[in-house]
Amino acid sequence: MSIESPIIKFQNVDKFYGEFQALKDISIEVQPSERMVICGPSGSGKSTLIRCINGLENHNYGQIIVNGIELFEGSKELIRLRQEIGMVFQQFNLFPHLTVLENLTIGPIKVRKISKVQAEIVARKYLDRVHIPEQAEKYPSELSGGQQQRVAIARSLCMESKILLFDEPTSALDPEMINEVLDVMVELADTGMTMVCVTHEMGFARKVADTMVFMDEGRIIEVAPPDKFFSKPDSVRCREFLDQILEH
Amino acid sequence: MKGDAAPSLKILPLRRTSAINHFLSSTPVSVFIYCLIVSCILYSSFRGAQSMGYNWQWYQIPKYIYSYTDEGFQFGELMLGLWTTITLSFTAFFLALIIGFWVALLRLSGLFIGTKIAICFLEFVRNVPLLVLVYLFYYVLGPVFKYDRYTASILCLAVYHSALISEILRAGINAVVQGQWEAAKSIGMSKMQTYIYIILPQSVRFLLPPMTGEVVHMVKSSAIVSVIAVAELTTLGQNIISDTYMAFEIWFTIAIIYMIVIMILSIGASQVEKRYTVTN
Ligand SMILES: Nc1ncnc2c1ncn2[C@@H]1O[C@H](COP(=O)(O)OP(=O)(O)O)[C@@H](O)[C@H]1O
Ligand SMILES: [Mg+2]
Repeated sequence: MSIESPIIKFQNVDKFYGEFQALKDISIEVQPSERMVICGPSGSGKSTLIRCINGLENHNYGQIIVNGIELFEGSKELIRLRQEIGMVFQQFNLFPHLTVLENLTIGPIKVRKISKVQAEIVARKYLDRVHIPEQAEKYPSELSGGQQQRVAIARSLCMESKILLFDEPTSALDPEMINEVLDVMVELADTGMTMVCVTHEMGFARKVADTMVFMDEGRIIEVAPPDKFFSKPDSVRCREFLDQILEH
Repeated sequence: MKGDAAPSLKILPLRRTSAINHFLSSTPVSVFIYCLIVSCILYSSFRGAQSMGYNWQWYQIPKYIYSYTDEGFQFGELMLGLWTTITLSFTAFFLALIIGFWVALLRLSGLFIGTKIAICFLEFVRNVPLLVLVYLFYYVLGPVFKYDRYTASILCLAVYHSALISEILRAGINAVVQGQWEAAKSIGMSKMQTYIYIILPQSVRFLLPPMTGEVVHMVKSSAIVSVIAVAELTTLGQNIISDTYMAFEIWFTIAIIYMIVIMILSIGASQVEKRYTVTN
C-alpha cells in the first residue's frame, strides 16, 4: 500500500518462555502513521508481541526492526529507541510516589534532559489534551481509574514518541470509564501517530483501525482492513472469535 | 466420628493458652512481673557485691561523664568514648549502606558472575564470627594496606553490616511491583535511573523499619572493636576499671548510656516511620 519503509517490522519471529512457545513465526509490518488493532483470545500472545516492539521482552529467533534499529538482547540502542516508543499498560503503572505532573515530567527531565520549566509546559499541554488539566498536583491514588489511564497516556505523549503501544488499556477499567479513555485514543489516532493497540473494543477498532490483526495460539491468523475483517474474515477461528465478543 | 473428635481436641488447648496469654499480657500483671524481675536482679547483684565485700563508689562516676571546674564545663572520659562510638557507628553505617547497595545490585543483576560473587561475599561474611573479622581486618589486612586501628574497625563493621543491609535492600527492592520497572523502561530510563527515581523512593517505607533496626544493631556491635583498643565507650570503660577497680559502677553506667542512646535512636526512627506511612 505504502512505498515508505515500515516503522515496525517483524520477520519470522519466535519467542519462548522456557519450553513454551508464545510467538510462532510472526511476520508483520507497520507503516508510519498506521493504526493497527490486535485482538485474539486470552493467552494468544498479544501482550508478548507488543512487548517485543519496545524490548520489554526479547525474541529468540527472527528479526525485529523498529524505527530503523534492529532489536536484540542487551542492545545499547534500546534505551534510545524506547524514547521513541510510548507504552500504555492495562494496569496504568503510574509512579505512585510522584504527583501527576511529576509522573509526566520525570521522563523528559531525567531521560531527555529537558529543563524542568520546559517539561512542565509540555506536560500541561498534554494534560489538557487528555482533558484533566486540573489534576496536575494530585497523586495517582487520588484519581479514578479512567483518569489514571489518561495520565498514563499523557505520560507517553510527553516523551514526544513516534509510536504508541497500548496493551488492553481499558480492560482494568469500570465500564463507565471506558469511553473517556477511548475518546482520548480516538483523538490521538486523528493526529497521525503510529499506534499499535491490543484491545477488544471493536467499536473503537472500527472507528480508527487501518489494519486489524487476529492472533491465536502464538500465531497471526488474519490481517485485514476493518471492512473485510468484520464482514468476511478468511479464517473460521477469527469468525468464531468475533461472533463471540460481538454477541455481548 | 474420628473426624469430628480431632478438631475439637485441637481447639481446646489453643483456647487455654490464649486465656493464659490474655491474663499475662494485661497491664497490671505485666507491670507486676516486670517490677518483680527487675528488683530480683538488682537485689541479687547488690547482695552479691556485698558478700564479696565490694566497696561501692558511685560518687566517683559523675566525673567520668562531665566535670565542672574553674576552666569551665568539660565532658568526661565516658562521654568522649560515647562520641567515638557514635561517629564510628555512623561512618561504618554509611559505608555499609554503599557496600550493601552494590552487593544487592550485583545479586539482582541477573548476571551469572555477579550473582555468584554477591552470594560468596554474603556467605563469607555471614559465616565468620564478627570477632574473627575484627582480627582479620586489623592484624592481617591492617599491616598489608597500612591503615590504623580506627580505620580497621570502621571497615570491619561496615563489611559485616553491609551483608545484612544488602539483604534488607534486596527485599525492599523486590517489594516494588514489576509494572514500575516496565513503566520506567518504557519511558527510556536506564537501570540506574530506575533505581534512583522510581524503585528506591518506593522501597523506603519497606526499608525503613529494618534499617533503623540495623543502626541500633551497629551501635551495639561497635563495642566489639574494644578488642583492638579503639578508644570507644567500651574500651574507655575497661581502661577506667583497670585503673580504679570500679567494675560494677562502670559497667552499669555504660549499659545505661548505651540504653539511652539506643532508646533515643528508636524514638527518632519511629517518628520517621510514621511520617513515611502517612505520605504514601
Ligand atoms: N513471563 C512469562 N513466563 C512464562 N510464560 C508467559 C510469560 N508471559 C506470558 N506467558 C505465556 O505466554 C502466553 C501468551 O501470553 P500473553 O502474550 O500475555 O497473551 P495475551 O496478552 O494474548 O493474553 C500465555 O500462555 C502465557 O501464559
Ligand atoms: Mg495480555
